[in-house]
Amino acid sequence: MKKNFELQLSGSGGQGVILAAIILADAAIAQGLNAVQTQSYGPEARGGASKSEVIISSEEIYFPKVRKADILLALTQNSYDKYVDFLDENGILIVDDHVKVDEDLPNKVYNLPILNSAFDKFGTRMVANIISVGAIYALLGENVIDKNIMLRSITERVPPVTVEKNIAAFNEGIKLIRG
Amino acid sequence: MSNKKYKLLQGNEACVEGALAAGMRFFAGYPITPSTEIAEISSQRLPLIGGKFIQMEDELASMAAIIGASLTGLKSMTATSGPGFSLMQENIGYAAITETPCVIVNVQRGGPSTGLPTSPAQGDVMQAKWGTHGDHPVVALTPNSVQETYEYTVKAFNIAEKYRTPVILLMDETVGHMREKMIIKDPSEIEVINRKKPNCKPIEYIAFKPDKDMVPPMAAFGEGYRYHVTGLVHDETGFPTNNNEVAENLIRRLVEKIEKNIEDFSYYEEYRLEDAEVVIVAYGGVSRSAKYAVDELRKKNIKAGMFRPITIWPFLEKQIREVGLRAKEIYVAEMNLGQYFLEVERVAGKYCSVKKINKVNGELMTPDEIINSIGGNI
Repeated sequence: MKKNFELQLSGSGGQGVILAAIILADAAIAQGLNAVQTQSYGPEARGGASKSEVIISSEEIYFPKVRKADILLALTQNSYDKYVDFLDENGILIVDDHVKVDEDLPNKVYNLPILNSAFDKFGTRMVANIISVGAIYALLGENVIDKNIMLRSITERVPPVTVEKNIAAFNEGIKLIRG
Repeated sequence: MSNKKYKLLQGNEACVEGALAAGMRFFAGYPITPSTEIAEISSQRLPLIGGKFIQMEDELASMAAIIGASLTGLKSMTATSGPGFSLMQENIGYAAITETPCVIVNVQRGGPSTGLPTSPAQGDVMQAKWGTHGDHPVVALTPNSVQETYEYTVKAFNIAEKYRTPVILLMDETVGHMREKMIIKDPSEIEVINRKKPNCKPIEYIAFKPDKDMVPPMAAFGEGYRYHVTGLVHDETGFPTNNNEVAENLIRRLVEKIEKNIEDFSYYEEYRLEDAEVVIVAYGGVSRSAKYAVDELRKKNIKAGMFRPITIWPFLEKQIREVGLRAKEIYVAEMNLGQYFLEVERVAGKYCSVKKINKVNGELMTPDEIINSIGGNI
């Protein structure tokens, strides 16, 4: 694998991007890799831009923040506008399909119906974060983190009664990338 | 490695794990970002092992409660951030003069006042040293990772118990809220120190008569040993006095029992210092950026290294002098406007040039900012 992956997950406070990042970091550690997860948010409990970051590496991680994102997830226009500059020149952008992306952005862009899929297929936008985890996982690939380890990490971190729904949401996210 | 448990934990979670491993059985606090998880988890965990958690009305009371609990023999801790740390200062002095072991965790955020509640800063370095009035002993430890937060919370308790003194664990939001891999050790691998108890009969107990190590044995209230505890200057019986000689001896002993034993808890990391001409001095969250910067500067053929104090108080004079004698330049990188810098300059300033790199905007200082500050000067 590549020596290190820098992932940045952003959205509106309450959308669950911090939990999504924790699940990815947890799985990376269970895989035997190093991972550091951080977040930044405002004093408000809901709303406002929320950003969470994960660095996954086979080596020791000193600086805990993303310098150049290999994958940037933006679930809202606000978070896209705020964080798009963090994308590495070879980085991949995942946005919810309502987000308007600059036409001259040179990066590979996945424009996915994350929020609508959550609502249409699962009846709640609350699983949008786990659909996003599925999409990010699909882009990282099985050779970085084993799928069973991902499933275990989700199972351990979401409320017990929602496990089934969240695992289906995870698979939906994979499908959005792989078709 | 097989008996070791890896976990993804937050710095604040690791702090509670460390405290419990050290024997904490009492926590009193008033939740405040970015330290809240420490109170939250303590409230869940302590009742399960027969300990007590109390949410107090404010931080003055929190500090008072942990002192009281410690006097009854329980290992006690509180956790807060800048605004609460300010309110605790008076009673931190009370803990110092009454020689009551306790641990105060300050997960620093942007200040002054309520400042930037969710953002990292290191603005309480001097407050940790001089926040309470009068000459007093201070031990403050500054971890830079989740694992270290665990280990140094244990050490904070050990120092508090061994020397009968309040110990400050000076964290920052970066370390408190960051999640990373942590090894939970087997209890048999953790050194736990307990306070020295009197071995005389209760009637013979002179509560504040120090042994040769300058530390008086400590009886717990309720064990039959009666004594008086006061914030006033007191003699060996614990009762107040205006006697000048007693006052002089007491204040000197309180300070010296820490400063003369500094070798016992001088914790620090040296990174690529062997041939370093440019030395970055950094601690807590910023030291992670500094370490990265050292590697990058080395790639540019700049002989860089890092000295990282973990024991931030008492000041590591001997080690910093050594760094100053060997380096051409020292850069003190910190997320305040130059607090630790003042001490480094005082000690190393006569041997080499000492400059500062500062940031107070609420974001963690980046490796690039350190590199650019140094690069611009070479």
